[in-house]
Amino acid sequence: MRHLCRLCRYCLAALFAIWLGSAHALDATALQNLATGDNDARIAAIEALVAAGDVAALPVIQALQDGALQATPAGQLLLVTETGVTDAVTNQLLANVPADATRITINNRVRRALDAALAAFKLFSPDSAKRLEAAQQLSEGDPVLLPLVQKALTSEKDPAVRTALELAQSGMALQSDDSKQRLAAVQSLANSAQEVTKTRLLKLLEKDGAGEFTEPDAKVRAAATKAIAAIEQRLKIAEYAGHVFTGISLGSILLLAALGLAIVYGLMGVINMAHGELLMIGAYATYVVQNLFKTHLPQYLDLYLIAAVPVAFSVAALVGMALERGVIRHLYGRPLETLLATWGISLILIQLMRTVFGAQNVEVANPSWMTGGVTVLGSLVLPYNRIVIIVFAMLVLCLVWLAFTRTRLGLHIRAVTQNRAMADCMGIPTGRTDMLAFGLGAGVAGLGGCALSQIGNVGPELGQGYIVDSFMVVVLGGVGQIAGTVYAALGLGVMNKFLEPYWGAVLAKIMLLVFIILFIQKRPQGLFAAKGRAVEG
Amino acid sequence: MVIERLPHLYGTKGWLVIAAFLALVCVLMPALYLAVPEDSPFHVPAWLITLLGKIMCYALVALAMDLVWGYTGILSLGHGLFFALGGYALGMYLMRMIGREGESGSELPDFMVFLDWKELPWYWAGTDQFWYCALLIVLAPGLLALVFGYFAFRSRIKGVYFSIITQALTFAAMLLFFRNDTGFGGNNGFTDFKRILGFSLADPATKATLFIASGVTLILALLLCRYIVTSKLGRVLTAIRDTESRVRFCGYNPLPYKLFAWTLSAMLCGIAGALYVPQVGIINPSEMSPANSIEIAIWTAVGGRGTLVGPIIGAALVNGAKSWFTVAFPEYWLYFLGLLFILVTLFLPQGVMGLAQRLRSKCNT
Repeated sequence: MRHLCRLCRYCLAALFAIWLGSAHALDATALQNLATGDNDARIAAIEALVAAGDVAALPVIQALQDGALQATPAGQLLLVTETGVTDAVTNQLLANVPADATRITINNRVRRALDAALAAFKLFSPDSAKRLEAAQQLSEGDPVLLPLVQKALTSEKDPAVRTALELAQSGMALQSDDSKQRLAAVQSLANSAQEVTKTRLLKLLEKDGAGEFTEPDAKVRAAATKAIAAIEQRLKIAEYAGHVFTGISLGSILLLAALGLAIVYGLMGVINMAHGELLMIGAYATYVVQNLFKTHLPQYLDLYLIAAVPVAFSVAALVGMALERGVIRHLYGRPLETLLATWGISLILIQLMRTVFGAQNVEVANPSWMTGGVTVLGSLVLPYNRIVIIVFAMLVLCLVWLAFTRTRLGLHIRAVTQNRAMADCMGIPTGRTDMLAFGLGAGVAGLGGCALSQIGNVGPELGQGYIVDSFMVVVLGGVGQIAGTVYAALGLGVMNKFLEPYWGAVLAKIMLLVFIILFIQKRPQGLFAAKGRAVEG
Repeated sequence: MVIERLPHLYGTKGWLVIAAFLALVCVLMPALYLAVPEDSPFHVPAWLITLLGKIMCYALVALAMDLVWGYTGILSLGHGLFFALGGYALGMYLMRMIGREGESGSELPDFMVFLDWKELPWYWAGTDQFWYCALLIVLAPGLLALVFGYFAFRSRIKGVYFSIITQALTFAAMLLFFRNDTGFGGNNGFTDFKRILGFSLADPATKATLFIASGVTLILALLLCRYIVTSKLGRVLTAIRDTESRVRFCGYNPLPYKLFAWTLSAMLCGIAGALYVPQVGIINPSEMSPANSIEIAIWTAVGGRGTLVGPIIGAALVNGAKSWFTVAFPEYWLYFLGLLFILVTLFLPQGVMGLAQRLRSKCNT
């Protein structure tokens, strides 16, 4: 109680100081207590400085935590830093440390108060991310800081920080002596959807050693039970929504990885085991573009990804066309040999990347506009990079579809796929069409690699991790059907994410592989088989 | 019937080569290894015996691959799985034979003690008996191949489709075996073996015996495969490879034929794995990686598909080159292997055997 009285006095004094508008006029009594008082007095002094909300107190508190604050028996406080010695009250630079000054030693209790104080000061930081962090830290905070939180709330504009502050406010109110305030706090907590809130409310329903509830008021307990049920339901919905989102995200990655394969294998019947390496080339092209931007255009670094997209497409497409002309063209009609030869190509490409860029993973950073995420349903964070990739996958899909249905090249590719000899008779350059179709598939793989570089490691083995998955997508989706590939990729992605929590990542993957093997028992041609009575080759 | 046809499997020249090979493997090499003193220039060092023994195991796998790929037209990218299963079956026997000499000093294999398991999982029951493990070596890969093959061939999955599915199979198995909870030693697999059938594995005589066993098994498997492919059954297999639909139109059901070749091939791989493990001293899930399985195909292709002897030569050539390259120019091995894949498929579709035949016919004209 004595502390509270003193606190109020300090508050008034501090408010007065702020009202005076002087940045350096720190509460002298508090500082005096810091210098000469016992630990209780020091804690009270720290709380007073915090409650005053004056940023000028920050260096003093920081110095106390760092052990850089010294005091003389006369009550002079000194900030001892590498640059010199300053008087904490008057802010004057001193020539040297007075002989009788000693370092203020603090115990753990003071240190805790210091931590809370430092966190609280961040509430007024100009950086909204820092404010958010501070508000989240305060959610378990001491009710002493309640006025500070309320003060921050009056000026806070950022909705995310506001939510966190309100949460902190009701968290603090829960510890109040007034049961009405507690009831109101419980009711406002019921609107949140966070695990932390749930555990905090659960604490109210616990019994202590003597069999008494920690919360004496039955009304508050009933409200807490209701609130917990509401939060649990919201958490469940958020969890399912999270599964769907990560599933679609994984599905769109699979789609980007498999789409190029679906063009090359599905339409041309060529098994390209080097497909994964085309993904890798796309990722490395992104890395190179990033580095070029770093050295030549550092001011536009955030835009490197936009430049990387066409580069990744063209590089991968060129490599793909070179492979088609150099090797694969000679192996048409011999699928098993094509498989082996392209495997050889993939080995060479992997080793080439090791020689050029080193065997270690290289660092591809997200542009700043892709970091962070949007929070929905209270606790579910949707990272921007995942959202961008989902949108990107859709765009690529649309472009591929347009290329197939609306361009002359697409027409030629479809004609050659349906009947090569007849297309040849009609004057379609089948050789060139093959090359361009292969280039298109490889370029789409390059785009996939560009997207993969934003969410995973970029290394020489990048492609190896995706080759089995992308073949599974194509096999499940059915040959020669872009639509099948889309359904298969999204279906596999979502199924994978729903199975993972129950069986773990590895078993979920094995289950899916077994499922695919069983599935093609029923429908050997995949989900969407091309209709007709094709003679087997 | 079997005895009658046996001498006709190969001509005089062929039998002479086989006899020379057996003499080399069973008598000359062990004698040079065991009897000749170490400072003599004729001494064969232990590493060479292990390396050659390992290569003969690989050759056995390549031979098994030839039976399904070269003669039946089924390209498997999952033969590494059957190889590893055989290896794991014998590996568990070797683990049990360590007894209390392991680091943990317990009857249980070390890795189970580290996982805090109190008793052996049910599926490892009986693995302290050699005869049971010997059965497992052929039955485990055989049964898996039988069940998988039945479902795959019944729904007429073939060609590249089949290859991709087998690759997925070995990939899934690799993921499964990498888990610690599966009970196969996780990442590290089985290692630190001490003895087999009571003989110490570090003993040169045991090494020589395993070496001889590998060579003899290889020759027996070669004769068995030769016996099969020269029989009527073999003709049906070749017909299936060339045009499966026509075989079906002639009234044959290809399913049992393909299933037979496929299962036998898997069993041979299991045996090869079991011979490989005590010589190399370790078995772990990386043997099942898709890359390993696809390498088996290149041994067969280099030697020449559909020749039986070719794949043995191919396995020896590629693996010999590999052990030389990885020591001399480690960073160039993958370039070489990749080029080998491309050049052999482009220019040497019949492999080394085809090349030799072409050269011979050129000399004759």
